[in-house]
Amino acid sequence: MKLTKVLMATSALTVGAGAAFADGHMASDMTIVSWGGAYQNSQLKAYVEPYLEANPDVNIVWDESSAEAVAKLRAMSETGNITWDLVDVEAADSMRLCDEGLAMEVDYDQLAEGNDGSSAEDDFGDSIVSDCFIPQIVFSTTVGYRSDMVGDTPPESICAIFDTEMYPGKRALNKRPLANMEWALLCDGVAKDDIYDVMATEEGQEQAFAKLDTIKDDVIWWTAAAETPQLLADGEIVMGSTYNGRLFSAIAEQDQPIGMLWDAQMLDFDGWVIPEDLPEDRLARVMDFLYFATDTQRLADQAAYISYGPARASSAPLVGKHAELGIEMAPHMPTDPANSKNVFVTQYDFWADYRDDLDAKFQAWLAN
Amino acid sequence: MALPIYASTTQRVWHYSYLTICGLIFFFLIAPILVIIPLSFNAQNFFTFTPEMLRFDPAGYSLKHYNDFFTNSDWQLAMKNSLKIAPVATLISVSLGTLAAIGLSQSHVPGRRAIMATLISPMIVPLIISATGMYFFYSNPYIPIPFYGKLYLPFTLTGEYWGVVLAHAALGIPFVIITVTATLVGFDKSLTRASAMMGAGPVRTFFRVQMPLIMPGVISGALFAFITSFDEVVVVLFVGSAQNKTLPWQMFIGLREQISPTILAAATILITVSVILLLVVELLRRRSERLRGMSPG
Amino acid sequence: MTDTTSQSGPMLAADGTPLKKSLHRAQRRQKVRALMLIAPLLLFILVTFIAPIFDMLLRSVENDIVPDTLPRTVVALQDWDNASGEAPDEETFRAFYTDFALAEEQKAHTRLGSRLNFEMSGISSVFRSTGRDVGKFDTDYYTDQFVDADEVYEDPVQWSEWMADDGVASALPQTADAYAGWVKVLNEEGDDPLDEDIPDFVYTALYHDLAAGANPPVLPSVDVSGWDDISLKEQFIDSNEDWADPDIWATIKAFSGPYTAGYFANSIDLQSTPEGFAQRDEDERIYIKLFIRTMVMSLAITGMCILLGYPIAYLLSHLPARKANLLMILVLLPFWTSLLVRTSAWKVLLQNQGVINDILVWIGIVSDDNRLALINNANGTIIAMTHILLPFMILPLFSVMKTINPSYVRAAKSMGANDWTAFWRVYFPNSVPGIGAGSILVFILSIGYYITPELVGGVDGVFISNRIAYHISSSLNWGLAAALGSILLVLVLGLYYVYDRVVGIDNVKLGG
Repeated sequence: MKLTKVLMATSALTVGAGAAFADGHMASDMTIVSWGGAYQNSQLKAYVEPYLEANPDVNIVWDESSAEAVAKLRAMSETGNITWDLVDVEAADSMRLCDEGLAMEVDYDQLAEGNDGSSAEDDFGDSIVSDCFIPQIVFSTTVGYRSDMVGDTPPESICAIFDTEMYPGKRALNKRPLANMEWALLCDGVAKDDIYDVMATEEGQEQAFAKLDTIKDDVIWWTAAAETPQLLADGEIVMGSTYNGRLFSAIAEQDQPIGMLWDAQMLDFDGWVIPEDLPEDRLARVMDFLYFATDTQRLADQAAYISYGPARASSAPLVGKHAELGIEMAPHMPTDPANSKNVFVTQYDFWADYRDDLDAKFQAWLAN
Repeated sequence: MALPIYASTTQRVWHYSYLTICGLIFFFLIAPILVIIPLSFNAQNFFTFTPEMLRFDPAGYSLKHYNDFFTNSDWQLAMKNSLKIAPVATLISVSLGTLAAIGLSQSHVPGRRAIMATLISPMIVPLIISATGMYFFYSNPYIPIPFYGKLYLPFTLTGEYWGVVLAHAALGIPFVIITVTATLVGFDKSLTRASAMMGAGPVRTFFRVQMPLIMPGVISGALFAFITSFDEVVVVLFVGSAQNKTLPWQMFIGLREQISPTILAAATILITVSVILLLVVELLRRRSERLRGMSPG
Repeated sequence: MTDTTSQSGPMLAADGTPLKKSLHRAQRRQKVRALMLIAPLLLFILVTFIAPIFDMLLRSVENDIVPDTLPRTVVALQDWDNASGEAPDEETFRAFYTDFALAEEQKAHTRLGSRLNFEMSGISSVFRSTGRDVGKFDTDYYTDQFVDADEVYEDPVQWSEWMADDGVASALPQTADAYAGWVKVLNEEGDDPLDEDIPDFVYTALYHDLAAGANPPVLPSVDVSGWDDISLKEQFIDSNEDWADPDIWATIKAFSGPYTAGYFANSIDLQSTPEGFAQRDEDERIYIKLFIRTMVMSLAITGMCILLGYPIAYLLSHLPARKANLLMILVLLPFWTSLLVRTSAWKVLLQNQGVINDILVWIGIVSDDNRLALINNANGTIIAMTHILLPFMILPLFSVMKTINPSYVRAAKSMGANDWTAFWRVYFPNSVPGIGAGSILVFILSIGYYITPELVGGVDGVFISNRIAYHISSSLNWGLAAALGSILLVLVLGLYYVYDRVVGIDNVKLGG
């Protein structure tokens, strides 16, 4: 039943898209939702600008609301007024959106084949975590520290976050449970493989919050990934979590005295979802853009602007040097063997199911 | 405020410390503005005074954020939208507001107090409540009809240009009402009577007699309404969409999502505009006093 | 007689009508004209502003989603005793299965889970995980059994003919109901029921109808007596053991009406329990605390504004007009500078390594490793908001002080009062109305503030408005946001009423 529905939707979509291509009825405006900062800039440089060059009549507007994508899409669907065309979200959020019928199921045959001839679906492989998800990058959430504020003993373990004696000062953490709770349990002695089982229980959640309690007064909570680099640059914090690409930009491009940890970093995917129920002409434009923006070369190009690994297997060999600085990018990728000795793979399906619960608990914990 | 020559030492000490305190408070008032301007010339991409800047080394300064403001398509779109939204919203608040203020200034208006309270309420109701209310209502606007229910209108305003314009017009109205009624209080009613006696119709009387005299109030109300729309961020975040984002939207994003000093450049430009507008208001005020034959002071 | 009457009668206007009447008419005409001038704006405000607010406030009691998504379960639960300590019976689970499968088809179960999670933390994940399983329940056994018995049971066209038959529908109530629900969902999604496979839950309903002894006309007869009876209760509990927890069912039952007081209860830290509303655990009570904090901080801000605004207003009202007007620009400039700009400036000034701390360290008031925490806490909010609201205090104070006759103070002094007594006993009482007007205005504006606390307030410097915004745009608990908003609105309108009584709305002054 599910299958027939998917097939029907797909065929309708193909017909619709085909007709749209033939008539040239593609919308000329497109609103893309992303994360802002260095990451959005990499998207702009790697494929939005080239796409606009090839399609000068298209007008792209950015909305930096990815952090609130699930909530906003729910609100849009509730009020029946969808103003977004393409949304960049994390893997777990794509699952939630898919579960809730807020994102469209994707036909991967409509995307470009890998340059080695493999189908898009094979090329993306495991990074397709839900039927609505078009992966772009592999990234990790990790910790950056102010190298001139940690003395001669720069932190080597993620648990430095909880070590306020060795590393006094404020630390910046994301204002949501994801990553914080995992690290809290890990540093409270829970084995890495058991963490999600423990977190599914009430006691486990309390344990995580109890651990976070020990540093609650020392934390500045961020909501935008750009805040940690800013706070580090200002010397406001001694360390803080953020995405590895943001830290790379601050270190390599902005030349800040910042170091970063490659320990128990949370490996995750990021990619596109298309809102459900887009009008045909807008959908046609989105698919046209996606065909271009998620091909092998474009994903590899993105890695020249930010240190995130491309989600296509076929893109990996094409990753070269930084576009401006000329340094090799591969060693800065979260997927590089040297960096992935002790990675922590985020369990998206756990977060898809538990996000509502834990968000509510986390917010209540914060407010008290 | 001058100190009399016979003032005692205590009075002198008291007087000068009072002036110092006032000076400090004035400094408190403008310090944030003073800090913005040099930082907008920062050569770095962070919100921080760099050592180069503190040494007044020219290398620490640059115009790159201004350059970004004027070339970045997002900022340009925001600027364009702000300029498209604010004047139209102002026009609506001023035209409806002035008429209503004139109506309110007549004697024997039934329920005057309640009407006034309703018209001023957009200034009083917390913005977050107005914004969320508008967000839901504008998505599926309807007309409530007693004993029938809701008559849904076949369009949506959330995310649309007109949604933002209407919302901003509503927020600007209290300012127009306040400033125009203030000028009408000093308005000599015998002038309209004289005009009527000399055979002018009400419309003619309005444009030839009343309008010129309340003009300063109308203009200053218009400026307030304009700045309200131009500076409003909460309602725009809810009712607007990325396509019709305004300058404050872009600045809010700039502060929250991608901390770029371009917002400081934008701010400096806005401050300059504010100063010019303020001077205009001050000149208008002087003109109004001359017109009404009041001496300044 | 008649003569005298006409003379003592009403005075007449030029057109012969009695003067009183004529005056009345003129007055009425004037009234109508005034109202006609006001009407367009009043209408505009009612439609663009007042209606949206009322519309939102209604959300604080609306609860359609539960009865709409689980109509059958809501009915079945009426007979369940929530004090029994046990999950409901098999029959309720059957109704729930149909509801849940239909909801999953529309993906509405996740939304319902999120909704109920507001009342009982943990429900959302139960709904979501079962949503993945509900299509894989063992009930496909019934499907296979029916199709094995007669292939015609597989044909959707045949089904639609059966269900159109009144005799069949009344003989098979559960089946007809499940089928109708399914067709409705398909129609909403634009799918054709004649092309889709009949889902398992319809066969399940058919089995239960037949097992209960129904004897429908038309349908090929099937003997179901030897079939396995699959317990739906077990199926659900296998999928997630929490379905055996009576608390979940009590929550569903408690929130099964189209209206609820739950959001308001939540907003004053109550929660629903089987025994009615009770206070939440100590560590879960946040809203009353937040309301109190909002009030206390607004009071602090108002106090700061009086402290800083009074000297300035006094100075301005005693300077010659030209000087005063120039200084007035310094007061108004921040007022006219973008709120966001000023807030970001405070970020730069107040942070740990910021300008103010740098200066204090440089002067030597604080030591370098002991810098003041001025931002991301209540201090940041109070400083930045005092700055933002100060003009709203200075302007009304200034306009009141302008009207205080200087001869009063002179008279006091000439009668032997010293400077302080003259000020405190004579001048200050005269300026109190200005303080009152400014304070109420500042207080009203500050308790509804959102942007500034959001940017500089950290965790303990945020207001109730920030919580409302969080529930609107992150947790999507719109009902709770509306309830909190209603309480805040009542507070503000109460103050507004006081302001109107004490000061009069007409007397709000903006600028000189």
